Amino acid sequence: MYPQVLFRNRKPDRIVTLDEYRAGGGYRALGDVLRKRSAGEVCRVVDEAGLRGRGGAGFPASKKWESVPADGAYPRYLVANSDEMEPGTFKDRVLIHADPHTIIEGMILAGYAIGASKAFLFVRPSYESSAAIMERELRIAREAGYLGRNILGTDYSLDIVVHRSGGRYICGEASALLNAVMGKRPNPQRPPPYPTVKGLWERPTVVNNVETLANVPHILRNGPEWFRGLSRSKTPGTKLFCISGKVSRPGCVELPMGTRLNEIIEEHAGGMAPGSEFKACLPGGASTYFLTRDNLHAGMDFDGMAAVKNRLGTGAVIVFDRKTCLVGATLNLMRFFARESCGWCTPCREGLPYMRDLLERIEEGEGREEYIPMLRLMSRQVWNSYCALAPGAASPVESLLDHFADEVHEHISQKRCPFKD
Amino acid sequence: MIPEEMRSALARKAASAESPREQAIDVMFELQDHYGYMTDEAMEEAAGILGMTTLELEELATFYDHIYRSPVGRYVIHVCDSAVCWMEGYQRIIDYLCQRLKLTVGGTSPDGLFTLLPVCCIGYCDRAPAMMINRNVYGRLTREKIDRILDRLIEHSQFHEME
Ligand code: SF4
Ligand code: FES
Repeated sequence: MYPQVLFRNRKPDRIVTLDEYRAGGGYRALGDVLRKRSAGEVCRVVDEAGLRGRGGAGFPASKKWESVPADGAYPRYLVANSDEMEPGTFKDRVLIHADPHTIIEGMILAGYAIGASKAFLFVRPSYESSAAIMERELRIAREAGYLGRNILGTDYSLDIVVHRSGGRYICGEASALLNAVMGKRPNPQRPPPYPTVKGLWERPTVVNNVETLANVPHILRNGPEWFRGLSRSKTPGTKLFCISGKVSRPGCVELPMGTRLNEIIEEHAGGMAPGSEFKACLPGGASTYFLTRDNLHAGMDFDGMAAVKNRLGTGAVIVFDRKTCLVGATLNLMRFFARESCGWCTPCREGLPYMRDLLERIEEGEGREEYIPMLRLMSRQVWNSYCALAPGAASPVESLLDHFADEVHEHISQKRCPFKD
Repeated sequence: MIPEEMRSALARKAASAESPREQAIDVMFELQDHYGYMTDEAMEEAAGILGMTTLELEELATFYDHIYRSPVGRYVIHVCDSAVCWMEGYQRIIDYLCQRLKLTVGGTSPDGLFTLLPVCCIGYCDRAPAMMINRNVYGRLTREKIDRILDRLIEHSQFHEME
């Protein structure tokens, strides 16, 4: 068993209460910080700990906070992003349902670090239970004096509200999410200006993933050294890994950064499901590359995944077995991305449906060899799109052609899907 | 027309936000519950409360998965069709629901009770295949489990009609 930080209080069947959270040292960091430490010190400790964003991009948390200009306008805002809709990813849901106060405390500390007076927790409609839990626990935290006016009798005041979304994948993208909060159509927006300079209502705004924020109280309480020591790699800390697909025990586990993929699958997910044999996995959610058996030794962290030309993404491992058609799987992913395109820019709006149609024909037995270079070309073209959704969508396609070309050719030559009987 | 009480509660809600349109989704959700879906009248009511034009609101209403601009049944069944559920047999689930409820994807059952829509990953990948009915989530679906869920909802709706 590895040290549990975010899941240290996790119960098998219920939510950790405020008292239980406190009994384990919860809200101690908050009291210490608000009474004794400056915002700059909070940033420095988090910087020394080397905390990187857990939402996918991996940007250093302290650097993001520090990019709020010292003379930036007030009020300032913090947004906690729990809008996960990446297929295979459910860590934020599990975290909220396990220990909501570790997120609340993290949000207050991050809010303090950037001088925010209001924070939003962004929740999607399919996570209505998470929204309800957070609203209840926020009320409890407020009554206990951790939230609201003059927190714990200090000068610092912060309000946190739950913002319910209408549900679209693109809302998980930080700039689209800010538009969504303001009640605008959630199209992404390319910087500059950066949201940390001009975000919500033109005020400095920081968007952090909830898993990132949940690490903050523990770092402040136990120190940067401790946090670095949790990891088995150069990326400090632990990581919540979601494992789904053809494994015996799908679920979400907290493991040291850098834990090897084969260990995650073999030991923590109970190995392959009975009767299935490993073929490939997507290591970090739907917008990463298929990873084959050859690279299962790779460590799950930013560098480990980069070393095998892949991405850590959200740390969501989706396991495919020999009997699953990867053309079919890629088609499914492309249907997802084409449907979820926000429609703002042409390469994505037009390119993804085009790729989907080519894949569909291959899967239906109407494919032709020349579709393969066409798919390659389109995969490169969609990199000209406005945000990262379209390049992310091209990732599974590129790796399908790189590693499973045989399977594609077989569909074309047999004029049918070899996996369908 | 919505009850005056509801209108003033929604207006208060809108006024409490940094800017009224921040509450656009919440206001639409409440009106949607009241009207059953976002009727043209509901759109106008909402726009009035939020200080937006109906066109601006339309831009949002048509973008989001959970805002309905045409009639839906009392229960909207969202079946996840993303990668993991796809692999774990969502097609079987869809087929069974269509057969049992006598509808097609995107359609409503003849009794007007259920509407079936596909939806992207609902974060229940570890319990695939999964679906959501009026924001309640159900995982590890089998025919038997679906029958139990639907029977309960049908019973519940009949009970309400008797009242
Ligand atoms: S890449 Fe797709 S999702 Fe991103 S802005 Fe363009 S159309 Fe929208
Ligand atoms: S893929 Fe269906 S719930 Fe995630």
